Amino acid sequence: MAEAMSQNRKAGLFLARHSTGMIASVLFLAPIVWTVLSTFKPAQEARQPPLPPWPTTGFSVENYETLNTFGDGLWVSAQNSIYVSVMTVLLSVFVSVLAGYGFSRFRFPFRDFFFVLILSTIMIPFQSILTPIFLVLTRLGLHNTLTGLVCVYVTLQLPFSIFMMRNAFDAVPREIEEAARMDGANNVTMLVKVMLPLVWPGVVTIALFAFLGAWNEFLAALVLMTDQSKFTLPVMMTALQSGRFGAIDWGAVQAGVTVMMVPCLILFLALQRFYIRGLMAGAVK
Amino acid sequence: MTAITASAPARTRATTSLRQWVGLLYVLPAVAFVVVFFVIPLGMTAWMSLHNWPLMGEHTFVGLDNYVAILRDTRFWNALKFTAYYTVIVTIAIFAVAFPLAIFIERPRPLTNFYRTAFFMPAVVGFASASLLWSWLLNVDSGLFSPAAFDLGLTEKKVNLLATFQPAFWSIIAMVVWKVAGFTMIILMTGLQSIPQDLQEAAVIDGAGPFARFRAITLPLMRRTLALALILSVAGSILAFDQFYIILRGGPRNQTLTAVYWIFNQSFVSFKLGYGAALSMVLLVILVALSLIQLWLLRKPEGLD
Repeated sequence: MAEAMSQNRKAGLFLARHSTGMIASVLFLAPIVWTVLSTFKPAQEARQPPLPPWPTTGFSVENYETLNTFGDGLWVSAQNSIYVSVMTVLLSVFVSVLAGYGFSRFRFPFRDFFFVLILSTIMIPFQSILTPIFLVLTRLGLHNTLTGLVCVYVTLQLPFSIFMMRNAFDAVPREIEEAARMDGANNVTMLVKVMLPLVWPGVVTIALFAFLGAWNEFLAALVLMTDQSKFTLPVMMTALQSGRFGAIDWGAVQAGVTVMMVPCLILFLALQRFYIRGLMAGAVK
Repeated sequence: MTAITASAPARTRATTSLRQWVGLLYVLPAVAFVVVFFVIPLGMTAWMSLHNWPLMGEHTFVGLDNYVAILRDTRFWNALKFTAYYTVIVTIAIFAVAFPLAIFIERPRPLTNFYRTAFFMPAVVGFASASLLWSWLLNVDSGLFSPAAFDLGLTEKKVNLLATFQPAFWSIIAMVVWKVAGFTMIILMTGLQSIPQDLQEAAVIDGAGPFARFRAITLPLMRRTLALALILSVAGSILAFDQFYIILRGGPRNQTLTAVYWIFNQSFVSFKLGYGAALSMVLLVILVALSLIQLWLLRKPEGLD
């Protein structure tokens, strides 16, 4: 009798737990799923409220096709976004791996000063220095260029990624280096052949954060990119959503949002382990 | 070993220190980036804030005039007030959702990984994408909420959620909670997981109920995690821009202009660069003060570590 009761109680708890979990999951996933499904409606249907979210008058990729007809087209913005994000990843990984190694393995004058200087930039909101950044880029001839935007994004990534990389290098036992040095490895071979494979997870983490940061950034891109052919996806899609190209085509907006979201979701699902690692590292700091 | 160091101590030290200097070369690119794109702009912000600095033409030194003007800029103070209001409300809302979720997914059980991932998904989507997405959901004609409410008979006509302050404001809150709660949840989860299990069990044996345990064990031991999640949420909210620009354009009737939005308007719409810099300095001081509070809150508990 008592056993049956506790069995029932257990089943009830199980049910309560998982129905709560499922309802919450649906709430969090619904907006994303709703959007992605709606993009496959024909343009005519996409103008109507998305009830139901899936296409009812036939499957179509019209919304994606029309995207290319606004301004310089979605493809140009997508290319810009890809270029900026990939360059930000490459450059910030390069710079932070070097710096992480330098800070971890060498004792040179002003080492602690430089380290604190780089980390302390995280306390200052970049939103408050955008105007001078604009002027500095103009002075460097990088005004309204994607390269200029990349430089800004790399700088924003550095405190986090250098902190990550220094910790990663710190975790490598010094004996490994000494053994390699005995074998005649110089500093550069040491870094590339011996150390890099050992800090690889850290590199993936900072690359992932750099990509997501650059791909999703909005305010700096909005301020610094004045020429439509230089717009990244968030700026381009906001221009479209604000009605800058005539009546707002919500089907096209949703298609654009999908193009912006899907790479982030795929990267996160594929590299979840590294993402959470980075979050933890940031959290314990 | 001792013989070698004793025979050529000076030379060893010289080569060692030379070898150490190489480190400077490794960190040089990073330092260059930070100096050119952060330190110099920061100095320039302070310098520009003392000038009348139009986009074109000469700038003139005006001393503290910009700061005096800020004191009289009621629209800026209103923006600051709105930002503070938004920050308080959204932080409470995020915690109200994220804390129960963190407790829900704290321990590994069947499907926990699925739930964690599902709740976290919106967090990896950018703020701009999320804002564009919700601006559609909130649209009165082609969106989801108003037409759905109308179809279900909840409202007599389609209500434009973005036309008046209250529904517009709470729509933004809903969107930000949807986007950020998963992130806060993961941070809170790490704090929960760091609480030793036997402490909880001992409290159970002592007859402490769930609420007593939460108050006496969970909360105090999570102080640093809570402080971190709190600071991240507060700092992020004070700098809010994307959602208000994309979904509301600062409206209705300029009631949702945030501090960053106002600085953006002054600097890049009105092109009053000097005044924008002075406003930026005010924002910067607020954020740095917040960071110092953060360092204090995150200090290691005494007697530990």
